Amino acid sequence: MAQVQLKNVVKKYGAVGVVHAINLDIAEGEFVVLVGPSGCGKSTTLRMVAGLEDISGGEVIIGDRVVNDLPPRERNLAMVFQNYALYPHMTVRENLGFSLKIAKRPQAEIDRAVDEAAGILSLTPLLDRKPGALSGGQRQRVAMGRAIVRHPDVFLFDEPLSNLDAKLRTQMRVEIKKLHQRVGSTVIYVTHDQIEAMTLADRIVIMRDGHIVQVGTPLEVFENPVNTFVATFIGSPPMNLLEGVIRAGQVVLADGTAIPQPPGLNVAEGRKVQLGIRADNIMPEGHALPPTAHMAFVEMPVILTEPLGTETLLYATLSGTEMQAKMLNPRPVSAGERMRFGIALDKCHLFDAETGNSLRG
Amino acid sequence: MATASQHRIRKRALKVAHFAGLFLAMSIICLPGLWVVLNSFRPTVEIMAKPPVWIPESLSLDHYRAMFGGAGEGGVPVLTYFRNSLIISVTSTVIALLVGMAGGYAFARYRFKGKGVMFVALMASRAVPGVALSLPLFIIFGRTGIIDTHFGLILVYVAMNVPFTIWLIDGFFRQVPKELAEAAEIDGCTRWQAFWRVEFPVARSGIASAGIFAFLTSWNEYALASQLTRSATSKTMPVGLLDFTSQFTLNWGGMCALAVLMIIPALVLTFLVQKHLIAGLTFGGVKG
Repeated sequence: MAQVQLKNVVKKYGAVGVVHAINLDIAEGEFVVLVGPSGCGKSTTLRMVAGLEDISGGEVIIGDRVVNDLPPRERNLAMVFQNYALYPHMTVRENLGFSLKIAKRPQAEIDRAVDEAAGILSLTPLLDRKPGALSGGQRQRVAMGRAIVRHPDVFLFDEPLSNLDAKLRTQMRVEIKKLHQRVGSTVIYVTHDQIEAMTLADRIVIMRDGHIVQVGTPLEVFENPVNTFVATFIGSPPMNLLEGVIRAGQVVLADGTAIPQPPGLNVAEGRKVQLGIRADNIMPEGHALPPTAHMAFVEMPVILTEPLGTETLLYATLSGTEMQAKMLNPRPVSAGERMRFGIALDKCHLFDAETGNSLRG
Repeated sequence: MATASQHRIRKRALKVAHFAGLFLAMSIICLPGLWVVLNSFRPTVEIMAKPPVWIPESLSLDHYRAMFGGAGEGGVPVLTYFRNSLIISVTSTVIALLVGMAGGYAFARYRFKGKGVMFVALMASRAVPGVALSLPLFIIFGRTGIIDTHFGLILVYVAMNVPFTIWLIDGFFRQVPKELAEAAEIDGCTRWQAFWRVEFPVARSGIASAGIFAFLTSWNEYALASQLTRSATSKTMPVGLLDFTSQFTLNWGGMCALAVLMIIPALVLTFLVQKHLIAGLTFGGVKG
């Protein structure tokens, strides 16, 4: 186990910067998820930690060693690849034991380690098969087994679940979390799926265009997004954003609808803002959580419904913007029906219209 | 029901037609080869008979006996030619494979200046007909004194084969995902170990087919070998066939017998490696 530090880490391909001087401290045993849209530099960052990608500037420190110039094999880490990268010419047993064999450990020790890992991941009946004869989920488990056999300081996961179907993905997510609780190693996990990030992470690192936008626990980034990018990226469905101007303590939308400012905020008169409301915080009257002290009400026509069972997702328009709202204890709603919605203002966010940054200090 | 049985009949008829077609094609393709084998076992009179004798009346090993016999009885130094062929083909194949692996790997994995141009140039070098090179080669080899040596022919065959082995092996390494080598490196391999323990075994069948290709090219090559060899010190089997021609006669039976001896090793080799050729690559290790 070891801590990992990134200090002003830069990656450039020629003149093109891909990662711009990022700083990150990962504690021993912590599960950190790098998340962001494709091309945000998260995989590149992970590959720099792994040693598969040269570091153009700054330092990567694992434990107490600067590893910038160490080859991957001297960094004592394990990596699970998106396409699993199992060795197709070896059996599962050989795949699992490969790293120990390369390290010239005695055969008895290799066998013991392989059997232990196979037991943890229920791979024992598959040990003599080749990867070609395994299903996607089984290959995924072998790839994880190959990682845990070595007892590495740090586990690296590069979008390990994106090749699995939705159901299997949920299962493997749980297995990964259990595995982390069991072995307790430091984990750096890359994904573009915000649900994976929320469910797995001790801390989430949200990246965009080679910069770190926000670092925090899943609840922190969900409840206090620093800007509209994080607000719409984290959480499903994404946060609704309404453009408006502050007039007399209210957010006035383009069509004249006025919604009071969220409490505790004091924004200058005339400032252009975006009001952020999650679907959980805008609900039709009579189908909502008990009202809080700070409520506002708007009327909107429903244009589409998505019944999900325990709740129905309503699509409606407000001042020309499409909104998503949740309806608890749902009843059938027909398109075009006008409904009155309550907004829980204390859960809403205000962002600067130009920079997109949160106005909650 | 009627349609089902009709369907079955049509399916069977199609299968029969398929086989008949294949049989016809194969007999046309194989006929010259069979003719060679057949002729090596029958007397010259029968070979030369007009109209041709299709069903042989007598078979014998006379041509083989004569070929291995003394010089006066129409014998040729078969074993020496065989040895020459073997030394030249095997050595040039091994070298072409080593260079092909290094080059193919570099083309498949690395980015470097002039990569595209180099690749096209390598391929273009194959567009020059070998015979067109025979005169310049003859002059250069004559001047440098490597005419009629194993070394000279090996050099020529390596040059002929390298572009192709690079091209083939490049294709096979391209199919090996680079994550495999990366996983191996993280598992503790050096770059070199990652290649030999993971990438090479996965691409092995491709490399084997490139090897067969190179071997057969050098084993069967005649045009350049006939120019660049003089004596039993370096003559290969295809060139040895010419020993059966004399000023006024052609010993067809002997020639066929030597040709059969030439075909056998090539056939054996192909059978030995065909498992690799057919099995192809098993890419269970990665999904995508």
